[in-house]
Amino acid sequence: MELILALSIGVLGGSGVWLLMRPRTFQLIIGLSLLAYAVNLFIFSMGRFPVGAPPVLEPGTAGDPAHFADPLPQALVLTAIVIGFATTALFLVVMLASRGLTGGDHVDGKGRDR
Amino acid sequence: MPDALYLSTAIGLPYLGALVAALLPSNARNLEAWLAGGVALLCLVMVWLCYPAVASGEVVRFEIPWAPDLGLNLVLRMDGLASVFAAMVAGIGFLVVLYARYYMSQDDPIPRFFAFLLAFMGSMMGLVLSGNLIQLVFFWELTSLFSFLLIGYWQHAAPARDGARMALTVTSAGGLALFAGMLLLGHIVGSYDLDRVLAAGDVIRAHPLYLPALILILLGALTKSAQFPFHFWLPHAMAAPTPVSAYLHSATLVKAGIFLMVRLWPVLAGTEAWFWIVGTSGLITLLLGAYVAIFQHDLKALLAYSTISHLGLITLLLGLNSELAMVAAIFHTMNHATFKASLFMAAGIIDHETGTRDIRRLSGLNETMPFTARLALVAAAAMAGVPLLNGFISKEMFFTEALTASTTPSLLHSILPAAATIAGIFAVTYSLRFIHGAFFGPDTGDLPRQPHEPPQWMRVPVEVLVFGCMVVGILPAATIGPFLDVAVRSVLGDATPEYSLAVWHGFNLPLVMSLIALAGGALLYRLLQRHLNAGVDGTPLLRGLDGRRIFDLTMVFLSWRFARTLERLLGTSGLQMQLRLLVCAAFLAAALALLPYGLSPGGVALTDADPVVALMWLVGAACAIGAAYQAKYHRLAALILLGGAGLVTCLTFVWFSAPDLALTQLLVEVVTTVLLLLGLRWLPRRDENAGAGDLLARLRRYRDFAIAVAAGAGLTALSYATMTRASPEGISRAFLERAYTEGGGTNVVNVILVDFRGFDTLGEITVLGIVALTVFALLRRFRPATESIGVPDQQRGEARDWLAIPAVIMRLLFPVICVTAIFLLLRGHDLPGGGFVAGLMMSVAVLLQYMAGGTRWVEDHLRVHPLRWMGLGLLLAAGTGMGAIVVGRPFLTSYFAYADLGWLGRLPVASAMLFDIGVFTLVFGATVLMLIAIAHQSVRSQRAAPPAMAALEGDD
Repeated sequence: MELILALSIGVLGGSGVWLLMRPRTFQLIIGLSLLAYAVNLFIFSMGRFPVGAPPVLEPGTAGDPAHFADPLPQALVLTAIVIGFATTALFLVVMLASRGLTGGDHVDGKGRDR
Repeated sequence: MPDALYLSTAIGLPYLGALVAALLPSNARNLEAWLAGGVALLCLVMVWLCYPAVASGEVVRFEIPWAPDLGLNLVLRMDGLASVFAAMVAGIGFLVVLYARYYMSQDDPIPRFFAFLLAFMGSMMGLVLSGNLIQLVFFWELTSLFSFLLIGYWQHAAPARDGARMALTVTSAGGLALFAGMLLLGHIVGSYDLDRVLAAGDVIRAHPLYLPALILILLGALTKSAQFPFHFWLPHAMAAPTPVSAYLHSATLVKAGIFLMVRLWPVLAGTEAWFWIVGTSGLITLLLGAYVAIFQHDLKALLAYSTISHLGLITLLLGLNSELAMVAAIFHTMNHATFKASLFMAAGIIDHETGTRDIRRLSGLNETMPFTARLALVAAAAMAGVPLLNGFISKEMFFTEALTASTTPSLLHSILPAAATIAGIFAVTYSLRFIHGAFFGPDTGDLPRQPHEPPQWMRVPVEVLVFGCMVVGILPAATIGPFLDVAVRSVLGDATPEYSLAVWHGFNLPLVMSLIALAGGALLYRLLQRHLNAGVDGTPLLRGLDGRRIFDLTMVFLSWRFARTLERLLGTSGLQMQLRLLVCAAFLAAALALLPYGLSPGGVALTDADPVVALMWLVGAACAIGAAYQAKYHRLAALILLGGAGLVTCLTFVWFSAPDLALTQLLVEVVTTVLLLLGLRWLPRRDENAGAGDLLARLRRYRDFAIAVAAGAGLTALSYATMTRASPEGISRAFLERAYTEGGGTNVVNVILVDFRGFDTLGEITVLGIVALTVFALLRRFRPATESIGVPDQQRGEARDWLAIPAVIMRLLFPVICVTAIFLLLRGHDLPGGGFVAGLMMSVAVLLQYMAGGTRWVEDHLRVHPLRWMGLGLLLAAGTGMGAIVVGRPFLTSYFAYADLGWLGRLPVASAMLFDIGVFTLVFGATVLMLIAIAHQSVRSQRAAPPAMAALEGDD
């Protein structure tokens, strides 16, 4: 299981990095999103993989870490997802503005395909 | 406690005065002068009030803790040395204010002048009264800053601007070195407290870091005191108004370097390195300054070079590593401040009353300004070292020290008596030139103004100072003696040597040297008469050595050529290159950090691979690679594939017990996809034939591919290595144990977000709000490219009806989704859900309406006020936090209880719920604002004259 997830993180991250270095703004957005998945999964994996462990406590009790899913990486990733969404939205608008101003969709606002 | 009051007043009052002075009307010359003079006088009184304690050998201290753990406290500390310098700063400051009242003209912006002057005075006070090294550096930089503002006071004049900039560049570069040096010194001693530093002399001198610290600190001191090779800034600072020159360049600013060297003399001096650096610099400055001063035609420039020379004399004395020389240095510092300030003021009077400072034009002012002439004569005589004036006594001490030092067998030591005599000769020559050139000779009468005596009160400061020169010169032991003694004792302590302040020490070698200097100086002036009268610019023999040119060349090189070359060689304006470098740097950083440990898998037993997960990620990986491949030409396909990868991620969260994450990921996925879909419409059509790729482009792609593969492989290795190790005991245990018992919720993730780490969440939703507003603001000025303005094909003809049936369903779903969102919100504390999820879901409800009915239809039927939602959300969240303060708890402390609602049952009521509602409201508002702003563009650009985003602006 660990290997599957490690490979997935690698593939997501590698694809993201590849797109980051492309010349088109849209490629950049997709790349950032893919990279965000990879990073989120990586942080999430810090809690390891407790299959079947309940994420919610029984009312009236204190939780024992041995029997529950690790809530800390989850809380971190939850915020990361929302902020990632905000970044994507912001970047999209910058992309649109740049498209309107320069007439093209090259990341530097000019130049030909590379 | 009165000490504390005195000390803090002495520092704080000038700054307060500066603030008031800056606010007064621009024509209130008298009021400004009264204010500034009063402040200076009060500071003097404060110093005087502390003096009895200081004179008895006590150190008056007042400490305000600031960051005690870092050893950073505000320490005000006055001992003998500090009190003498503080008295000089305040006393001469008072005289300068009085003088400036008459010197400054009606047209000058007076508030600015006095505000800067007072602020400078406060900084000087802070500098000399600092009991902490870092604090001292802080005030040191402030003096550099305010001197910059004062030198550049006549900002319309280019020389003033250049001089100010040069002074700032040199002194603050030195200040940076000083800062580094002080940090080293603090590191050596283990404390920044001056008292502890002063007690650790032996430790410091024996430490391996002694030399670097010494060099850095001396760089600061020597630049500030205009010592060779940094002396060149001082003459250019003469572009300042004369009161500023009299204050900064005789008594205060340039003496700061001297003060620092005296202050740290007990711990830094006494070594070979100290002697060679300080002594050599002082000796060269002494001779060079005196020599150049002779050939200046501008009165103020002459005084500036003579100041450089006298500072060199003091520096040389400090460099001699002898206690008696230290006494002479402190004494000469006081004497120089009195006679040089009065000479500057005299030069200013001449300039003010005649309109010129050029010695070649001035002549015979003795006839028209007899009184000023007498005063200047006495002050210049003190500068030349004529007996019965204060300059004579300290110069005698200098000669004595030069003779004593020459017994040490080294070249530099043995030439000292000769060098001292030569410097004495030069000093007499330039003093003669100042007096003879300006006041004697025929009255030519071709001056810009008809010269006459200045107003009476303008002369008073000069009179006071000249009186001081004479009294000290005739009765040194009775007047200045006790003060000097207190200052010396505070520095040297028990090592204070026997010295005598007397006019007559018998007919001895120093006296012979003085007589040689006087006679030789007069003779030299006679010999040079013809050359000087010829009025040639520049200094003989030293024409090539122009400090200003060297400085300018250096600045041009550093700030222009060097910077340009660096930018050309190392900079790139291309985003691709920058990102490539960033990725490589990140990769290298990770690799370097891992180098000592390696990346071997850990020993924890692996969990069994589940074929479902494997299959799922086979699809996910294919989606990711597909998206990467398709993003260039088939944007829609790439977007769908991206969504595929996102869904697999979401499923992974479900699989591994993270329902909250899965929910959030799912909804974010939906919203992101719709956002990007809305954006696609504005992108240019893709010409698939463009950039088929030459060889170079293909090579670049191969390189990028290699980088991407390396990054991916690195991530895989890193994740695998981490996952196969046991996770360390973190803070999760605390969260799990306390989520219910103290937070009152069973959904631990939610409790962390809204309670334990509520402050982070507050910050996060604020960021979200800001992003939404930025999106809104950016789109208000959106200008689409002309080719994408028209209605796209998909919205024309029968294509419009393709979504007819889904549209009906979507409309019907609106209330259902809203209710589900509220449901998720309310149960969030105990079960998966919460503000983020609910807010996103609610915005999806609105979003669906846009998709179903089109922008126009929704804007006609539904008016969302996103800005209001956002404001309300932020207020609610912050208000909940504030509520805790009202009941006396820290910000964002949560409260929970169960409310009994009769037959409805018991309802958990937690203040965190209110907070979560705030989160919900804001997330909804922000998301909808972004969606609407982008969606609205398609309507707007089709209108002829777009009334900018009417629907949204209806909100404000």
